[in-house]
Amino acid sequence: MEFKDYYKLLEIDRTATADDIKSAYRKLARKYHPDVSKEPQAEARFKEIGEAHEVLQDPEKRAAYDQLGNRWRAGQEFTPPPEWAAGFEFTPGGASAAGDTGYSDFFSTLFGNFARHTAPSRAHGEDHHAKIFIALDDAFHGGTHTVTLRAPQVNAQGQVVLRERSLHVQIPKGIHEGQHIRLAGQGAPGVNGMPAGDLYLEICFHPHSLYQVQGRDLSLSLPLAPWEAALGATVKAPTPTGVVEVKVPPGSQSGRKLRLKGRGIPGEPAGDLYLVLAVVLPAAETEKAQQIYRTMARELAFNPRHSLEV
Amino acid sequence: MENEILIGSVVGDEGVLALEELARACGAEATWIIDLVAVGVLAPEGRETTDWRFCAADLTCARRVARLQRDFGASMEAAAVMIDLLKQIDQLHARLKQAGLNVD
Repeated sequence: MEFKDYYKLLEIDRTATADDIKSAYRKLARKYHPDVSKEPQAEARFKEIGEAHEVLQDPEKRAAYDQLGNRWRAGQEFTPPPEWAAGFEFTPGGASAAGDTGYSDFFSTLFGNFARHTAPSRAHGEDHHAKIFIALDDAFHGGTHTVTLRAPQVNAQGQVVLRERSLHVQIPKGIHEGQHIRLAGQGAPGVNGMPAGDLYLEICFHPHSLYQVQGRDLSLSLPLAPWEAALGATVKAPTPTGVVEVKVPPGSQSGRKLRLKGRGIPGEPAGDLYLVLAVVLPAAETEKAQQIYRTMARELAFNPRHSLEV
Repeated sequence: MENEILIGSVVGDEGVLALEELARACGAEATWIIDLVAVGVLAPEGRETTDWRFCAADLTCARRVARLQRDFGASMEAAAVMIDLLKQIDQLHARLKQAGLNVD
């Protein structure tokens, strides 16, 4: 397990006051908050600074952390000294109020168990949340997905250990991005016989090379030759359930959308597949091709800038 | 046991979560959810609080508000404005994506 330098993460000195810590955290939170940030790795960075803040803003946790002293550097291999926090009594910080459980191994090992002692004597287990990335294909055919979760647990010797568990989850046909699968009883265990919390899995799709997804609808850019667009044609188009033939009406321009009803993500009602027409020009590399273009220029009297009045 | 395939329930476009269930999923009190409805951030199906049913978008939105309040010390009204702006940005991104323009 790697040592984390919480002062360095918040870009402050070890002598920082509570106000310094708060303003450093607010500044970095604005930069890396996953809801508002477009920085790469924002989510991972935000978790780190959130964790640093949770420890340093709590006088007890900060004092215990400071006791570890300057013996470790960020990233260095770390094992907590025996009885490292003896004499401290932690209270859970407000920072975990929304039920996120994205703490690092470092944090969970040092502070994970203390929160437990202050839980009410009878409490329903917390709900947990995770995002899962599935293939678009799973939404069409259904499938199974394996989620690996890690949670700190206290073993028989009273030590905190990280337990990893894998869940195999059925992905129902017709699910789409932004929906959640709720697994009853797979969240945090309840206290004193109360039921465990639930696990919510938020669905995200891996980006697909052909299709863009909006809700249940898909869109696909369909390349056309100029004569297919101008004269109309029956052309082949891929769909997630197989190749189909579509009629392109004469006089179609780039950007025109053809809707294939019910060819989107299945459901009641099923989504649609939009083919966005994109006229592609043949290269004018050969003498013959150039001749054809010149003939068009001469014979068609076409002004593409007519609407610009030039 | 290890190979057991778990079948969950889908929280999708229709309201399925009751008030208490949404509150627990957010690690919050039911009164906080009632305030969110009063401010107009959430619009559940059903008239009485006991009939309220929330959908996936409500769950995502409520958790977002919880994070914004927690991490920025934002008031519920300020978080509601942030949510509206973030929604608009999401919609604009979706339109750019549809137009074949990549924003990232």
